[in-house]
Amino acid sequence: MTLLHLQNVTAHYGASQALFGVDLSVSAGEVVALMGRNGMGKSTTVKSIFRMVPSTGNIVFDGHDLHKLAIHQAARLGIGLVPEGRRCFASLTVHENLIAAARPGHWDVHRVTQLFPRLAERKTQLAQTLSGGEQQMLAIGRALMTNPRLLVLDEATEGLAPMIRQEIWTAIAQLKTETGLAIIIVDKSLSQLKQICDHAVILERGRSAWTGQINDVTPDVATRLIGV
Amino acid sequence: MIRESYLNTFVLALLIAVPAWAVVANEPFTITLATRAVIFALAATGLNIALGLGGMVSLGHAVFFGIGGYAMGILAHHAQTYTPLMDGLFLIEGTKSMPVIWLVAMVTSGIAALLIGLVSLRTGGVYFIMITLAFGQMFYYFSISWATYGGEDGLSIYLRNDFPGLNTLVPINFFAICFTILLIVLLLNALIAKSPFGLALNAARQVPQRAEAVGLNPQRLKLVAFVISGVITGLAGALFADLNRFVSPTMFSWQTSGEIMIFIILGGVARLCGPVVGAVVFVMLEHVLGDLSDYWHIYLGVLLLLVVMFVRGGIVGLIAGKHVAHD
Repeated sequence: MTLLHLQNVTAHYGASQALFGVDLSVSAGEVVALMGRNGMGKSTTVKSIFRMVPSTGNIVFDGHDLHKLAIHQAARLGIGLVPEGRRCFASLTVHENLIAAARPGHWDVHRVTQLFPRLAERKTQLAQTLSGGEQQMLAIGRALMTNPRLLVLDEATEGLAPMIRQEIWTAIAQLKTETGLAIIIVDKSLSQLKQICDHAVILERGRSAWTGQINDVTPDVATRLIGV
Repeated sequence: MIRESYLNTFVLALLIAVPAWAVVANEPFTITLATRAVIFALAATGLNIALGLGGMVSLGHAVFFGIGGYAMGILAHHAQTYTPLMDGLFLIEGTKSMPVIWLVAMVTSGIAALLIGLVSLRTGGVYFIMITLAFGQMFYYFSISWATYGGEDGLSIYLRNDFPGLNTLVPINFFAICFTILLIVLLLNALIAKSPFGLALNAARQVPQRAEAVGLNPQRLKLVAFVISGVITGLAGALFADLNRFVSPTMFSWQTSGEIMIFIILGGVARLCGPVVGAVVFVMLEHVLGDLSDYWHIYLGVLLLLVVMFVRGGIVGLIAGKHVAHD
């Protein structure tokens, strides 16, 4: 069953066009990698799902046209965003950050802190006092607290120490195997993505340039479209 | 955090100790001053929910203060003149019962806050300030021209209204009523701030777009907070009118809105007892400096300037530390 379907999506920042026709499809339980070099439209694609940039084309989640819904309504349908740059609620504690987003379902504070034991240790600490990696874990935990059916991770491991990075990848893998959550991952690390993702969509100048099984991403494609 | 709880306890204890001393020393005027401070604190605690938690800079909270005042004035006026308030399909009589007056004050100011909030919250920033101010002025000029209830002269009530089982004419009794209400509201405020609703509201104030991305509706959260805020300030208005046994358009004026905000800024925005500290300091200055000069507001202005420029967390922030101050 297709959960999220983007067809021929275009988006603009004022006069400059950033997306020229993105196609992307995610089924329930599927993990999709969204790749591409810097400035090719990965984050803009994520933003257009959440209507944070004006866009055209079809964006349908579980039968609902996302163009017609406010951001919070889309989130309530079951899309959880882990935004680029984390953006936790700075003056709330870790626990409060989680509670503020909570909606009933499988994920609660207990389960989130099981997934990220570091958060359990920092429960009463203000989010602004956390390290970058801990903030990232909190941002993922906060998105999980909304009990989404689709999780969107925008550059979740960017700028983090290798050890923390690995912890986050382990947690994402755990999410996949244990809960069957559908996930879109925007990231640059092809080797990590290959271990977790089923499909890949590679963007080139605002268009879906390559779509297929992630294991079919050949070194040639990787060099040409991702630059690795 | 701990220092702030000590400070809160100290301020509230002071608010009990001073009137208690005044009873012993037979200084009824001091009790009236303390009651005035408590009622101002209550009004400002109401605004603090909108301003501190929700980040809504409302310069129109006098609307709710005034509605509360007029709810008391109108009901008591009809009761003391033995004329029905409404005599059509239903017969509605006036009343001298405080709990009934409070209920009417809270419901009417809640409805007003809902309507004003629905319109005002479509805007933000400076436009929000201006539109709430505009609503305040609308009510102000309406009350001035409302001849039935005294127009510019307002309404006087001969006797303070009744509270079951207490003689409200004894100043300390009325103080006790007001202080108890303040304590209950402060407790509610503390509970709201830590509730999922309060946390969500706080989140929506800090990063609205991120709050939306986790499924929170900032507009709805703010509207609910605005209504709660209006209800509390409305209740304070009813008590204020009862304290003075008088209500006039002044309660609706923008100066009143400004004063309510000054209490919060002086004491500390978003701090639980910020409004209480601010109101106490204001009433003390009003009393002490008011004796020295009719232009005592100049000194208040200087103090306010100093607080805004050098101690952003207000007096509470100065004493208890700025770590949880409003950003």
